[in-house]
Amino acid sequence: MSEGMEEGGSIKKFMYMNRKAPYGTIYALEALEVVLIGAAFDQDVSLAFLDDGVFQLTKDQDTKGIGMKNFSPAFKALGDYDVTKLYVEKESLEERGLTADDLMDLVYEDEDDDWAEKPSIRLVSRDELKAVLADQDVIMSF
Amino acid sequence: MSILHTVNKSPFQKNDLASCLSHASDADAVLMIEDGVYGAIKGTKAAAQISAAGATVFVLGVDLAARGISEDKIADGVSVVGYDGFVKLAAEHNAVNSWL
Repeated sequence: MSEGMEEGGSIKKFMYMNRKAPYGTIYALEALEVVLIGAAFDQDVSLAFLDDGVFQLTKDQDTKGIGMKNFSPAFKALGDYDVTKLYVEKESLEERGLTADDLMDLVYEDEDDDWAEKPSIRLVSRDELKAVLADQDVIMSF
Repeated sequence: MSILHTVNKSPFQKNDLASCLSHASDADAVLMIEDGVYGAIKGTKAAAQISAAGATVFVLGVDLAARGISEDKIADGVSVVGYDGFVKLAAEHNAVNSWL
């Protein structure tokens, strides 16, 4: 069969694009569920946060007043599933009056570097994100 | 005769807030709720549209808190209200227009 179907399978680059704010619609939560399920398949996973998707990563979310589950703490678990590349677009933050300081501190432990704790969020420009997207095998957009 | 307008969409994705602000009279109130609360963040295009509008502009505090937007990020001229304030605004105006 075609390349990539050999025994043991091959690792593909999966990109999950997040462009929606949390809570107002179900997209953000559903995307996170899909990422966590997909993490079981040992692929090379990246997430991108652009447009209103950057709002998913704000810190100090408190949903008590609106009667919905605060799912933002689940992003902190991604590192344990080897999901360690979260690309956040700078221009999207700036257009929305946000800076990197407004986002959660998301980290992972690097097994190739004596389990050193490293940041998962990678701030990138629109052009840099364009290059990251061009390098993917599979893109899922939410 | 005055109207309470509610806007529940992000101004960065839809033009509901801009359209609402340009159709609201000076006696009207505009209340941003749900994803509409992102319009209250200072230093944005939406904040500039709000300061140029004649209507009085409010934002629902519980929706801000849910989204991690602290009150020090709120633009001047936007007042934060709770559910009780929402009810009061609805009672004070002759009609409610939900921009969907």
